[in-house]
Amino acid sequence: MTSPLLQVRDLSVSFASRKGQTAIIETLSFHVDEGETLCIVGESGSGKTVALMSMLGLLDPRSARVEGEALFKGRNMLQASERELQRIRGREIALISQDPMTALTPVHTIGWQIVEQIRTHTGLSRRAAEARALELLGEVGIARPRMVAEQYPHQLSGGMRQRVVIAMALSCNPSLLIADEPTTALDVTVQAQVLDLLRRLRRDFGSSIVLITHDMGVVAEMADRVLVMYGGRVVEEGQTEAIFSDPWHPYTWGLLDSIPPLDGPRPERLFSIPGSPPQPDRRPAGCIFRPRCRAALPECNLAPPRQRGADRNALCFLDEGERPVARSAARRSEEQPA
Amino acid sequence: MLTILLQRLAQMAFVMFGISVMVFLIFFATPGSDPAARIAGKNAAPETLAAVRHDFGLDQSLPVQYAVMMKKLFVTGDLVSFVNRGLKVVPAIVEATPVTLSLVFGAALLWVAGGLAIGIAAAAFRGRLIDRLLMILSLTGVAIPVFWLGEMTNLLSQNRLHDTLFFSWVPALGYVPFAEDPLGWFKALLLPWFTLALGFIGLYGRVLRASIVEIYQEDFIRTARAKGLSESRILLRHALRMSLVPFVTMFGLDFGALVGGGALMTEVVFGLNGVGKLTYDSLQSLDLPVIMASVLYASFFVVVANALVDIAYLMLDPRIRSN
Repeated sequence: MTSPLLQVRDLSVSFASRKGQTAIIETLSFHVDEGETLCIVGESGSGKTVALMSMLGLLDPRSARVEGEALFKGRNMLQASERELQRIRGREIALISQDPMTALTPVHTIGWQIVEQIRTHTGLSRRAAEARALELLGEVGIARPRMVAEQYPHQLSGGMRQRVVIAMALSCNPSLLIADEPTTALDVTVQAQVLDLLRRLRRDFGSSIVLITHDMGVVAEMADRVLVMYGGRVVEEGQTEAIFSDPWHPYTWGLLDSIPPLDGPRPERLFSIPGSPPQPDRRPAGCIFRPRCRAALPECNLAPPRQRGADRNALCFLDEGERPVARSAARRSEEQPA
Repeated sequence: MLTILLQRLAQMAFVMFGISVMVFLIFFATPGSDPAARIAGKNAAPETLAAVRHDFGLDQSLPVQYAVMMKKLFVTGDLVSFVNRGLKVVPAIVEATPVTLSLVFGAALLWVAGGLAIGIAAAAFRGRLIDRLLMILSLTGVAIPVFWLGEMTNLLSQNRLHDTLFFSWVPALGYVPFAEDPLGWFKALLLPWFTLALGFIGLYGRVLRASIVEIYQEDFIRTARAKGLSESRILLRHALRMSLVPFVTMFGLDFGALVGGGALMTEVVFGLNGVGKLTYDSLQSLDLPVIMASVLYASFFVVVANALVDIAYLMLDPRIRSN
């Protein structure tokens, strides 16, 4: 078996706060294989973005403490010097950020910003880089690349800007593309276009994609594998089909049950997981999800074990035998809201 | 772009007109006081008062008085001071202008360069020792009063140490016209420039640092980092331009105010007969025609400087250009 493109082991991130260090991410481990799309799902504040930013060295080192190991092509990113990171960022790992409206520098033209990235990482001449920039803009489906290249970000719509951000991310043929909720800020129709674009890119360039999202619909459409995060930990991990057909963790049940069904009678109201995720400094001992869990057991006060199966795992006390019963019980209680 | 410029020009003319009307009303239409008595100065003879009344059209309606005043200022330029017998006001201001402009332009160059250097260096090393030292130094610069700094400079360069190697080049206090002796002009102004600029260097450095640090929170800075750019490139090409907006705003206001007479303390301390000094003297003797003329002159520069600031915004931020 070849080693994965990205292997993260025991990643912990904590931020300095008034009360000392507050842990945001605790012993997070996952991997990304060549050419696969991994979706990381979870509510806001579950640490999805922080995990990947810490790996790229994009957190402020004065407030964030990062521990663990993140091997990208065998190199540990967390030990790399700033210079090495600069070579990897934008060249081998590219980032598509959440809000295209604010992701581009307002005072430079689109073309200038793409050319800048190309010229930072390659020895291309200005002219060749400009030609490449136009080509990229064409590839992401912009109709008049030459005109757009001369425009400033504020002159473009949100969807157009996200295409530009994607074109820029692709400019150096990265082997890993991190897309941080790339569709959250966009209209539904534009969302579909952007997802199409990402899928096509994976097919044409063979890059791996890490897609951060909280939209299970996007997950179903895009992911090969899914990582469910809650409170800074991976609570469940597995192949997409497996997760959707047989979710192990009660949190994943909740996420899946909150998707509106496509057929059958329209439910009176959609299910929602009660409560909200705990603040990082107020996470309960034992299982973090316990206060919101419909299947909580007395032993959930202790740290839950990791249940493992073929190619998947979940952080929960419920084992194979207990799961179906617990889930149907939870379903019933959902139908009769307190 | 051109329409914006023309709009600005029209606005400027309008603002100038408004200011002139206000200044005129303050001096000529304040209830319960006789403008003739004030123009003529204290203890004026009845004949002088009569002459003033006739001369300024004070027996006629207010609009006529305004027109007469503006004519004296801008058309015939024959406004005469009665306090300072026979002083022609307009030529006096025209004569003082190059002194003030030389002083303020030179100081502005220094403080813009110094402010940029300190702001950028402090932002680049933010949170570290260099940053803290620079911020303490600039706060010190801001806190030192100009008149004290000027007097100390004079004390050292004109008296105690004048004959040492350091200060033997310093000429006697006063202004040397550039056209007569460029080197002498430079020597005479070098210390006044530094004196006037020091506080501004500190202030501008601090403001620039603060706005760069704020811009660093923006998403596009993270994008720039994720692109793999070097820190210096991120600072200079991505953060700095947007951070210059407050810097330029302040510059416009300060520059206009200084050219309009705000540099008077430096002018007085270094014996430079500029507009500030002229205003200062006329205020002491309550010389109404001179005050009136110099206020209008000052407002002109403030308005012009603000228009230039607006044009600078257009160049700094493309978003302003398009709407």
